[in-house]
Amino acid sequence: MDNKSKKVFGLNLGQLTIPIIAICLLVIFNLIRDPGFFAIEITHNNDGNAVLAGNLISIINAASELAILAIGMTLVTAACGGQDISVGAAAAIAGSTFVKILKTPETINGWTVLLAFLCACIVAMIFGSFNGTLVAVFKIQPMIATLILYTCGRSIAYWINGGATPTVESPIIKAIGSNIPGMPIPTPVLIVIGVAILFKLLFHFTSLELFTQSVGINGSAARLNGINSTFIKLLSFIILGVCVAFSGCIGVSRLGLINHETLLLDVEMDTILAVAIGGNSLGGGKFKISGSIIGAYVIQMLTITLYAMKVSSTDVKAYKAIVIVLLVVIGSPVIKAKFAKLMSRVKMNQTRVSTKGAE
Amino acid sequence: MKKKNDFRREPLTDTQLLMTITICIFVAMYLMAMILLGGGFLHAQQVFDMLNDNASLIIVSCGLTIVMIGGGIDISVGAVTSLVVMSCVLYLNAGGNIFVSVLIALGIGLAFGLVHGFLISYLEIQPFIVTLAGMFFARGMTTILSVNPQKAEHEGFKALRDVKIEIPWLGYTAKNGNLIPARMELGVVVAIACLILIFILLQFLRLGRNFYAMGGNQQSALMLGINVKKTRFMSYVISGLLSGISGYVFLMHTGAGNATNAAGMEMNAIASSIIGGTLLTGGVGNVIGTFFGTLTLTTIKKIVVSSGLNQPWWQSITTGGMLCFFILLQSVVLGRRAKKKKA
Repeated sequence: MDNKSKKVFGLNLGQLTIPIIAICLLVIFNLIRDPGFFAIEITHNNDGNAVLAGNLISIINAASELAILAIGMTLVTAACGGQDISVGAAAAIAGSTFVKILKTPETINGWTVLLAFLCACIVAMIFGSFNGTLVAVFKIQPMIATLILYTCGRSIAYWINGGATPTVESPIIKAIGSNIPGMPIPTPVLIVIGVAILFKLLFHFTSLELFTQSVGINGSAARLNGINSTFIKLLSFIILGVCVAFSGCIGVSRLGLINHETLLLDVEMDTILAVAIGGNSLGGGKFKISGSIIGAYVIQMLTITLYAMKVSSTDVKAYKAIVIVLLVVIGSPVIKAKFAKLMSRVKMNQTRVSTKGAE
Repeated sequence: MKKKNDFRREPLTDTQLLMTITICIFVAMYLMAMILLGGGFLHAQQVFDMLNDNASLIIVSCGLTIVMIGGGIDISVGAVTSLVVMSCVLYLNAGGNIFVSVLIALGIGLAFGLVHGFLISYLEIQPFIVTLAGMFFARGMTTILSVNPQKAEHEGFKALRDVKIEIPWLGYTAKNGNLIPARMELGVVVAIACLILIFILLQFLRLGRNFYAMGGNQQSALMLGINVKKTRFMSYVISGLLSGISGYVFLMHTGAGNATNAAGMEMNAIASSIIGGTLLTGGVGNVIGTFFGTLTLTTIKKIVVSSGLNQPWWQSITTGGMLCFFILLQSVVLGRRAKKKKA
């Protein structure tokens, strides 16, 4: 048993190599380009609170929604062997619900915000279970099943708000979107840390991680071993729903308004990318959530680096694509095998030389 | 006569069954629209309008169907179309030659197809990630070329764009007594030609049958001596080439390049293929089904508009509902057949 766990540990470290190498490369590149790139300073915002500022902070802050979504997406990917492409649309629905409930009473206090968040959570979980039912019960490919919500999700969000893009003004929403007074760290970062701890506890106290992996590796084998694979798949989508609600509400709070067309636009592609960069197989099975979270930060760091190099926001995609291709080519099984062959040949040559020397 | 009997004795294959369902539903839907809504649906021009607007979507969906039959996915098609449109407009406005602009369109599409195919089949990288990168690259390149919309000013191209095939006997008489013939754009001819060529490829040529074998079961295809890597490579090359053609057809329809051209086309193409009976798992599908899938998708949108649901959200909500219906139908039908086979 001990032996086995060690093996798993070694494999997981191997899985994290690509994201860690990527983040190191980006850090070194930035330091060479501009030694002061990662400088952190304390400034005062409009309300007079002391807040941390700097490129590093903005990277960590801006990647919050992506990191939370990547956590949920990793579970779905691992359990179902496919991806949910409706997260952006579902986040728009959750955000619309959040704003709809907030706008109902006259004044906004802490309880209204909590209630609104819970409602957003429930709505996102309902849509998650819709996707989950299609995938788990009707055995439809996840990408196709979620294509339905991808097509109509943003329109449903538009419909919830009756064809308008309402704004919300409240100190509480502002505190969620930027900083709590007296706290220098941006609130979204704190929420990410909270969600990460929540998942750590969930995996610690339940067998969800093991069950998800076994369902992902071989669903029917897992079922024969007494794991309800249908339920596990459904559960992974519901958990993703909760993650979607979190990131949707953060996104709304950041801007103080809901725009169904632009809220978390194209985030589904970035999320899947974060999962892939994190070294997780998109075909399901073994997974490592920390890899996906690092993947999310890699993507955001890349984006901010490109912004710092004065690349316009519409052109960023082209450069991103080149980096993605380089990363996946390095990580591809064929290149890895070729590299391993080369290394073994070099080693063999060395041993030959040393034996010759001995003779 | 004997052939007919043979056909009856042999049950329909999955591909034929799903395609038949789609065609029946399309015909039923269109007849309903004709009876209940009347108006534009009674004129043949309605069908030609749908074809004119969707010629490039049909071409792209054909390419995607091939990739999906082979068990892969290509989500870069819309972005490549957009890039082709923009590059051709810029080239034509700089005083280029029409013939060369067609070559540019084909070249860009082919280049994307070759790179995707190489990375996916020879380096064994997941197709979703590779084509996602392709999509990002093409979209980014489009905005790098020009952020502002560009209108094609080339005289020769304008002449080519305005060529319309008129079919008088399908026309209708307007209120003032003039006969308005049915008009079809040149792009539709290209789309139909592509459709027929790909139908022949998939049905009768060895390469086409290899796509089905590879998508159905890769391991058995390998055992049968099919060069799986080369087959997969070819599927992406064809898809890339078709995106190039689709880009030129798109340009002939709109006559202008815009960074947001063909936005969301990849998902529409996937939806068309699915409605047409192609399974993302591979091995099942047909371009004729895809063609009717595209028409079904457009008809739904037209019906929503003409039945008076004017709010902007209804179009995509009904499209989503329609997609949901088809997906569930396929799942139930195929599930039942699988059970029957076992029993």
